[in-house]
Amino acid sequence: MSLLVVDRLNKRFGGVWAARAVSFSLEAGELLAVIGPNGAGKSTTFGMVGGQVEPDSGAVVLAGEAITGLPSREIWRKGVGRTFQVAQTFVSMTVAENVQMALVSRRGGTRNLVADTRALHREEALALLDGVGMRADADRPVSELAYGDVKRVELAVALAAAPKLLLMDEPTAGMASKERAGLMELTARVARARRIGVLFTEHDMDAVFAHADRILVLVRGEIIAAGTPEEIRRDARVKRAYLGETGTKAALRARREAVAP
Amino acid sequence: MDLSFLATQALSGLASASSLFVIASGLSIVFGVTRIVNFAHGSLYMLGAYAAVTIVPRLLDVSYSPWMFFLGVLASAVAVGLVGVTIEVVLLRRIYRAPELFQLLATFGVVLIVQDVVLKVWGPVDIPGPRAPGLRHGVEILGERFPAYEVFLIVVGPMVLALLWLLMHRTRFGVLVRAATQDREMVGALGVNQALLFTATLFLGAFLAGLGGALQIPRVPASAQMDTAVITEAFVVTVIGGMGSVPGAFLASLIIGQLQAFGILVFPKVTLVLVFLLMAAVLVVKPYGLLGRPAAAGHAVAPEGILSLAHFGRTESLLAALAVAALLAVPLIGDAYTTKVAIEVMVFALAAFSLQFLMGVGGLVSFGHAAYFGIGAYAAGLLATGPLKLPMEAAIPLAPVFAGAGAALFGFFVVRLSGIYLAMLTLAFAQIVHAVCFQWVEVTGGDNGVVGVWPPAWAGNREAYFYVVALPTLAAILFLRRAIYAPFGYTLRAARDSATRADAIGIDVRSHRWLGFTLAGAAAGLAGGLYAFSKGSIDPTMVSIPMSVDFLVMVLVGGIRTVAGPLVGAASFHALKDFFMPLTDFWRLFLGASIIAMVLLFPRGVVGAAEGLRGRMRRRRGPAVARPA
Amino acid sequence: MAVRHPSRRALIGGLAAAPIALAGRGASGQGAGRGPIRIGELNSYSRMAAFAVPYRNAMQMAVDEINKAGGVAGLGGRPLEIVFRDDGSTPGDAVRVAEELLTRENVSFLAGTFLSNVGLAVSDFANQRKVLFLATEPLTDALTMGSGNRYTFRVRPNTFMQTGMLVDAVKAKGVKRWAIVAPNYEYGQSAAANFKRLMAVTVPGFEVATEQYPALGRVDAGATVGALARARPDGIFNVLFGADLTTFVREGNTRGLFERRLVTSLLTGEPEYLIPLGEETPEGWITTGYPWDKIEDPGHKAFVEAYRAAFNDTPRLGSFLGYVVAYLIRDVLEKAKSTDTEATIAALEDLRFNTIAGPAVMRGIDNQATLGAWVGETALSGRQGTMRNFRYVDGAQYLHPEAEVRAARKD
Repeated sequence: MSLLVVDRLNKRFGGVWAARAVSFSLEAGELLAVIGPNGAGKSTTFGMVGGQVEPDSGAVVLAGEAITGLPSREIWRKGVGRTFQVAQTFVSMTVAENVQMALVSRRGGTRNLVADTRALHREEALALLDGVGMRADADRPVSELAYGDVKRVELAVALAAAPKLLLMDEPTAGMASKERAGLMELTARVARARRIGVLFTEHDMDAVFAHADRILVLVRGEIIAAGTPEEIRRDARVKRAYLGETGTKAALRARREAVAP
Repeated sequence: MDLSFLATQALSGLASASSLFVIASGLSIVFGVTRIVNFAHGSLYMLGAYAAVTIVPRLLDVSYSPWMFFLGVLASAVAVGLVGVTIEVVLLRRIYRAPELFQLLATFGVVLIVQDVVLKVWGPVDIPGPRAPGLRHGVEILGERFPAYEVFLIVVGPMVLALLWLLMHRTRFGVLVRAATQDREMVGALGVNQALLFTATLFLGAFLAGLGGALQIPRVPASAQMDTAVITEAFVVTVIGGMGSVPGAFLASLIIGQLQAFGILVFPKVTLVLVFLLMAAVLVVKPYGLLGRPAAAGHAVAPEGILSLAHFGRTESLLAALAVAALLAVPLIGDAYTTKVAIEVMVFALAAFSLQFLMGVGGLVSFGHAAYFGIGAYAAGLLATGPLKLPMEAAIPLAPVFAGAGAALFGFFVVRLSGIYLAMLTLAFAQIVHAVCFQWVEVTGGDNGVVGVWPPAWAGNREAYFYVVALPTLAAILFLRRAIYAPFGYTLRAARDSATRADAIGIDVRSHRWLGFTLAGAAAGLAGGLYAFSKGSIDPTMVSIPMSVDFLVMVLVGGIRTVAGPLVGAASFHALKDFFMPLTDFWRLFLGASIIAMVLLFPRGVVGAAEGLRGRMRRRRGPAVARPA
Repeated sequence: MAVRHPSRRALIGGLAAAPIALAGRGASGQGAGRGPIRIGELNSYSRMAAFAVPYRNAMQMAVDEINKAGGVAGLGGRPLEIVFRDDGSTPGDAVRVAEELLTRENVSFLAGTFLSNVGLAVSDFANQRKVLFLATEPLTDALTMGSGNRYTFRVRPNTFMQTGMLVDAVKAKGVKRWAIVAPNYEYGQSAAANFKRLMAVTVPGFEVATEQYPALGRVDAGATVGALARARPDGIFNVLFGADLTTFVREGNTRGLFERRLVTSLLTGEPEYLIPLGEETPEGWITTGYPWDKIEDPGHKAFVEAYRAAFNDTPRLGSFLGYVVAYLIRDVLEKAKSTDTEATIAALEDLRFNTIAGPAVMRGIDNQATLGAWVGETALSGRQGTMRNFRYVDGAQYLHPEAEVRAARKD
């Protein structure tokens, strides 16, 4: 059984198809990238899986359970962690508190009026931060961090609920190129080690071709191609419709790097 | 109902609508560009009227002609526009980098000062203006006589709308104003001289307020109460229309004008609350007003509120314990009056602290927190004096229950909104509560209120009652403080920092905000109940806008970013008022000047300043890395 | 007579006396032996300055006269001193200020207040603290009826009395169909209720064509005038005052609302409201008021002269009241020969006192004075409003009936 099955999702805004019969599946431990030009429907597809956008029709099934149209907080409870294009963290809190907050929520303790939050699930939070290499910064305000580190914290927060699936919207947007590679490597490592499925969108083709197991290409709301990076690279339609010159170069570069250790 | 009557009544409504629109458009533009909730807009309107009753008669003495009249009106509006520029340059410009709410506090200081300046300069007697030459008469409309001047006013509204449209679409200034209204940061990024833009906007806003006031003088005398009468209505119009939307303000003015004109035929006593009912209804259905748009989102702006929770070390704990001990010793060492003042400070401290729980922690700015304070006061007072004749020991514990229930009812709608709209909906609900207290005479005693709300004999003397107040207020403040440090407080703060992120980690933002609103309302209600028994009476001033504003001022003066801020704010605000009131009739002026001085000296509040000093001494690392836009 | 600014004088006096008052605290509730007798006066000096400042001026003038004439003879010639305080115009502030006057300034009793809700709150406070409170300006009936208490005495004719005077003045005019316009708060509502009640028993066939209650300070004049005109009444009973009144009169004048209609109006003849009306003053409204310039009583003439000389201003109703109250305070102390609360209450009950308007009595069963009001017609003289065909109406015959008082009061 696939971890995530997306079956013929449709969404129209006014007369425009943002998603049309979008279907795909994702296995545990697999990294699936969704790429496509701006306005292709990536964010809409993402929103329909994550619960921010309600589909007109179609189904989203997570580990055999339909989650179509549930609010995102419910979807999170079913085991879906999320990061955002612009990192969303609790800027008035420390790094550790950000993670602790997610742990508190996971255990249903958000209405507790008396406990001292700083002491709750601290060890667990530190362990999660350790996993993303941020343990040393645990007690710094998240507002003081460099952006790449903020993204790592966000990843730790997303992992706090021991998710089955990670949804990552442009995980490397706004980051320096060195940081990008680091974050994607970290994500891939964690996902494979914990058998977490990762669905991500990305503009950075280096990151996509270096780390994705499979790639979906979305153009005007429709999937025009799906397959391994190698297959996508060779797909003439994709080249024409989307990758163009720069995309092709990136794909070639990625292959060179993969071949030459 | 005959046609001629309907026609004249509709025309009356149009004339009121025009007048209202001129004022409200200025408020809306200023808010759109600067995001300042300008409480002083009503004061500028009042200044416009006073300037006109001073200037226009002089000009009419020179030559009695309509041209002189309108020249005088324009001159008055320009003069008020310059006052607006002065306020911007001298005051607001210095605090643009402070939290937005602080500018509100500064404009509130201006309101107090202008009230007393007007009294000093023009005296307390209302000054009627001259009628407009050539428009003194009535014109026959379908057999009914209708004032010619009001026909003129009906034309003024659309004229101002058209001129504003031209200004907004045909000039560079207008383009910038519109751009800034949609996305303030973008204008900063375009390299526009922001200071100049803001100054010009303030001029335009003040000019329109002054014009609104000056145009009224043939109908309404200039009086020292004009400011408060108009400001709430102007806010209502801008909010119903959508903040920052000039056409929206026009539409809302039209609706309100007609509603007033015909509403009073059906419910003659509805005048008090009509506009607020309308505003509440509109906001529940359209959360951004009729023509308003959600502000551009996506910018990582630091929220206004408690940013980092200070944790008490040994020194702080000791100091806090000492402060509590000193407070508890007040009845033993202070005189009777000091004890009385201390009782009030404690009550206000709890009310302000509960507001801070909403604002500083939850990010929900309430302009109507007095509603819950008042519901508590009325519940306690009516339970004690009404048919139930409950003893104080039962009435006070029930005060937070009723206030909490009220907060739960209103909060259900309030938490669906955000920002200024949320604040205005709280104001609308507070005014509805006020109107109920005011108008339900059989039960609440109307504006006279109910007297005889005194503690029983054992708590009758001030020293005993001091402890009756001290124990629950301290307990409630400690409890709320605990809640701020507990997961619930963190959750509210999380939702405030990033509702998106909170939602993505499984937090139901609305239901937590709703609970927080209810909790804060209940705490304010407890304060209200204790207040009622300290005063011996209840009356609608306890639910009034000035009361809500006082709470807001206490929070801001103390510092919205700190936990202890509102406590210090309540004490210092009350102490200032108590110091100036016996000293002079012009105590408002001194109070206003003190507030402005504090805004300029401590743009993060008194406690914020103290903590800033401490923070600077122990700063460990370099400046924060900027987040991407 | 030397003119000093009374507020400053009171302030300096207050500051200088404060340490003495503090030192003397606890020795006796009645103040130090031969020092001045201190009275705490709280009023809306800031918010209602048009009324309250002339009131304070005249009161201080009267106190200076009394002290110059040898103080309170019944108390060994001790001078009077009045400590003036702003009541903040809200009950909450007023009760705190009252407390300050009692505990810090050590005053013997309280006087003043303007707004009815403030008056009621201070009255109840006085009842609780068992001190005398002389409510000078609040008009609400409740103060001497349902919420009355034995410590509170009222000087001015209340809403019921003033409405009664007007009903008496219009009952013979043959007008049966009336419209009522009143500000939407207790004073307006109770004046309207009194009017309906008194007219119903006085004028057979009396009917109410419409009632309008615009918000206080925010009258929508066009709509209100339209609604009144539509009902086609033959008479209008007006309770609006202040800026609302001026706005209403202008709109009504332009639209002919008052033409061929009998208008009767509470308080409009008072200078506080006539001065702002100026040349818009309507002709022939039957009102209560204060035609200070035309009152022939020699005592009153002397008061007007002294007032004008001292303050370079014409007296207002507030001035009249302040002057009357200061002498009333003296008379009470002379009769009581003590500043003790019980003694002053005993002295006040059924006290006969003389005023520059004529003799009056403080009726014992409801602590309401019989001080009257001038009832007449408004008129335009030059560009200023005035009154004509007026007479001073003694309040005695317009008091609440005794049976009603006994039924309403709880004491």
